[in-house]
This record gives sequence, structure tokens and C-alpha cells, in this order.
Amino acid sequence: MKFGVIVFPGSNCDHDAYHVISKHVGQPVDFIWHRDTNLNSFDALIIPGGFSYGDYLRAGALARFSPVMESVKKFAAKGRFVLGICNGFQILCEAGLLPGALIRNRDLHFICEHVFVRVETSDTPFTNEMEAQSVLRIPIAHADGNYVCDDATLRELEQQDRIVLRYCDQNGEATAAANPNGSRDNIAGICSRERNVLGLMPHPERACEDLLGSSDGRDIFRSLAATLAGVV
Amino acid sequence: MKAKVYVSLKPGILDPQGKAIQHSVELLGFTGIADVRQGKYFEIALSDSADPEQARESVNRMADEVLSNPIIEDYRVEIEG
Repeated sequence: MKFGVIVFPGSNCDHDAYHVISKHVGQPVDFIWHRDTNLNSFDALIIPGGFSYGDYLRAGALARFSPVMESVKKFAAKGRFVLGICNGFQILCEAGLLPGALIRNRDLHFICEHVFVRVETSDTPFTNEMEAQSVLRIPIAHADGNYVCDDATLRELEQQDRIVLRYCDQNGEATAAANPNGSRDNIAGICSRERNVLGLMPHPERACEDLLGSSDGRDIFRSLAATLAGVV
Repeated sequence: MKAKVYVSLKPGILDPQGKAIQHSVELLGFTGIADVRQGKYFEIALSDSADPEQARESVNRMADEVLSNPIIEDYRVEIEG
């Protein structure tokens, strides 16, 4: 199995993602420059966090027009796996691969802190090694992480079990007080209808070593690797 | 010829920046403000030989596909001769 980490001008969590795949997942991984369009050798892609194109216009808006993104759409349409973290989630929404949008945080601050998120479903390629309702402690670091969508989209996400992570307190309760950025229904991560594309605002790649305060993020990468081991 | 594009958050989408601006303006003593919504403004210079109707159509497409995110934003286009 081979992982690819897409690098846009302004990506800054690309090396963290690379490190986690090579060191903790123990699988081959390559960087993919945003002008490259050949993704044939990859089984899973990570669109990392950062500030692609300086967040100009809207976060993720300009990365959508990078040459690699047409290939990413085809890659996803074939059912291959795409994981968008933070800015990667914003890019996936702007590109129309995930519904909704991420707007400025409710309280305007850039928030950089560890939060708790609840795994809402284990029925995704990214969470199948975890129990539903388990609580992870993972950092967030964003100014535009406030997830919005219309009522119809929210109903669809719920009915199709596509809300993958919700912000919660340490007991796993998705309370208003545990919602750091104002996201609708405490949503921290969602997947596509075919479940092969996941976008999330928290940074699991920053939570893979106890030295960094938490290793809860490893389960997401372990799940994806286990899925790939079954299909590749 | 010039195109002006105004992009603003749709009604119903929370605008935390607008709220913060309203708060600051009120701190300065301005009263009677019911709401502040902030947005983006683009000036696009077009060649003078452009056909105004075609220009409007293409700027509308730019606004729809790039300048705004239709999920959260509305836009308005003005063409000036």
C-alpha cells in the first residue's frame, strides 16, 4: 500500500503526515506536488493542514484550482481513500467532494488546543479499528473551522451515518460548551456518501506520540492502514 | 469597462466578524445599529472593447465559480461602462 501527501504552496502539516505514515503506520509514502496529476501509484491520499495559497479569498478556495485536484476527484470517484485534515477538509468542501463549508470560528479567535472528539461511527475506512462513541483527545489549530450546512444536508448526513466526529467533553457528551468553534451540531468531521473521503478539522497527525500530549490520533491512521491491507 | 462584484454571507449564516465590528462601533458611541454584515468587494478591470452583455455573463460565472462559495455566500455584479 502506498500513501501520498499532497503539498500545496502554504501546506505546513505535510511533513507531520509523512512522518506518521512512515514511522507509525510503517508504510511507503511520497509527497505529491500540487502540479503533479498522476496519482496512479497511490492507494490513499492525505490533504494536509496548513494555509494553502495563504487562505486567500477563502480557506481552501484557491487550492481547488490546483492541477492535482482534478486527479483527486477522479481518484475519489474510483472509491480510493482521501483524508483531508484541517485545511485539507476546507479544500475538500470547496472542491465539492464533501458538503457544507467551514467559516470563521464563532468567537473569531485562532484556536490551538487539545479538544475531545467522539467517534460517531466505526463504519468508515478511517474509524473501523475504533469503537463508536469512543472519545479521542486530539488538537485543533484553526481560525475557520466553524462547520455550516443547510438543514437538508444535515438530515442527509445524519440519515446516512456520515457524521464521523463530534466535539465533546471528556465524558463524551457533545455539549454546547464543548463546541470550540460554533460548528453546526458539534460536527468535527464528515465523510462522503461512499464513505471513502473523510474531512476533519482536528489534527490526528499531531496526536500520534505520547511525547506530544496524546497518541489518540494513531487509531485513525491504523484504521486506514487496516482497510488498505484488506483491499490492496 | 469595470465590473464590481459584492460578495456577502447569506442571511442566516452567522457572521462573527460583522458582530465584532458592530460591537466596536457601538463602543465608540454610535447608536441605532441593528446589524452589521461584512463581505468582500472586487473590482475587475475589463478591456474597453468588451461587449457589456458578454462581460456581465462571464463576471457572473466568475462570481459563481470562484469569488463566492454559493453554499454560504450571495453575490451581486455591477458593470460600469
